[in-house]
Amino acid sequence: MATPTTETISACVDSYGSAIGMPQLCGEWMSNQIFWLLITLMIIFVVLSRIALPRIATILTERQGTITNDIAAAEDLKAKAAAAEEAYQQALIDARAEAARIVEATKAEIKADLDAAMATADAEITEKAKASEAVIADIRSNAMASVEEVAKATAKELVAALGGKTDEKAINKAVDAHLKG
Amino acid sequence: MASEAKSEGLVFHPMDQFIVKPFFGSGSIEFYTFTNAAFWMMISVVMVIVLLVLATSRRSIVPSRAQSLAELAYGFVYKMVEDVAGKDGVAYFPYIMTLFMFIVCANFAGLLPMSFTTTSHIAVTAVMAMLVFLSVTILGFVKNGASFLSLFWISSAPLPLRPILALIEVISYFVRPISHSIRLAGNMMAGHAVIKVFAAFAGVALIAPLSIVAITAIYALEVLVSFIQAYVFAILTCVYLKDALHPHH
Repeated sequence: MATPTTETISACVDSYGSAIGMPQLCGEWMSNQIFWLLITLMIIFVVLSRIALPRIATILTERQGTITNDIAAAEDLKAKAAAAEEAYQQALIDARAEAARIVEATKAEIKADLDAAMATADAEITEKAKASEAVIADIRSNAMASVEEVAKATAKELVAALGGKTDEKAINKAVDAHLKG
Repeated sequence: MASEAKSEGLVFHPMDQFIVKPFFGSGSIEFYTFTNAAFWMMISVVMVIVLLVLATSRRSIVPSRAQSLAELAYGFVYKMVEDVAGKDGVAYFPYIMTLFMFIVCANFAGLLPMSFTTTSHIAVTAVMAMLVFLSVTILGFVKNGASFLSLFWISSAPLPLRPILALIEVISYFVRPISHSIRLAGNMMAGHAVIKVFAAFAGVALIAPLSIVAITAIYALEVLVSFIQAYVFAILTCVYLKDALHPHH
């Protein structure tokens, strides 16, 4: 089919090597293109369906699996963290309650001690007051006796000074009567 | 490539980049000849292997950049098949992945300077579209038997309209492989041809800066188109697959 002028010349290429009309419509080349196209498509199809696509599918599912696992693990850790947080809060609450209890108990103890001390102090005070009262009564009675003595002596001296007879018995009687009266 | 022969004035050969030539030496092209088309198809095979096989060879849980790109491609197409064709469409995911990866790699390889864009040829895209069309049609009949024909008989439409709609549906069904293939080839060819035209303008000093800016812009657009057309091809395949699996509207 090649005309002898140039090597590349054919029905679709002129003697200068330029295309005559549209090369796309050149029937001469079509069988060649179709042949190689079919080979190309077959190679690509075999490569894709045997190697590439299963491999990529595996990679994608693997990754999906990894992601799912990681997310699950993360959820797990999150739950654990929440539990730990809760335990911590609980411990805090417990510790607070314990502290309050201890404070309460200590307070009560101190109060009891205080009350006991107060009671002893009160008792002591009453006792001391009583003793003091006794002393005061004693002193008072002593004072009365002294008053009597002084009165009697004074009366005797007065009687004597006035020139009377010092009748001790009568004077004592008079002073006693006076003091009682 | 031909400018040494006729170099007078502005020379446009926007279509020369689509010429199929033997890769080694010259001569006639038999169906088995290793041509530039075959070479660039093999390049896309290598790209697919590098991206999806070598990049994932470490199978790391925390992916490298290349591996995450492979996973991204996998996830992208997988989700597309699942969303569009449904759960039972996932069984055909490797086929759609094959088409998508070939088209996207061939498109991107075609964007390299001096390269050959295999997907800009109708012969290539039409074969892929026909493969899709035939397998989807056969699958539809195998899975649903004669009730696959209810795809064309829209029971939700008023009865008098149904025969007309059925005719339209049948025509559109048979037009599918044509639009499916020409959309891809046309997009790829147009973009590359436009870049080539602007490249020819870059030879004129006065408009060269403008032309280079235009090439850059169109190149960026073509990068986008390369991906989008692969995506469109794949998603349409999914849609056709869905029709085959669930023909009842």
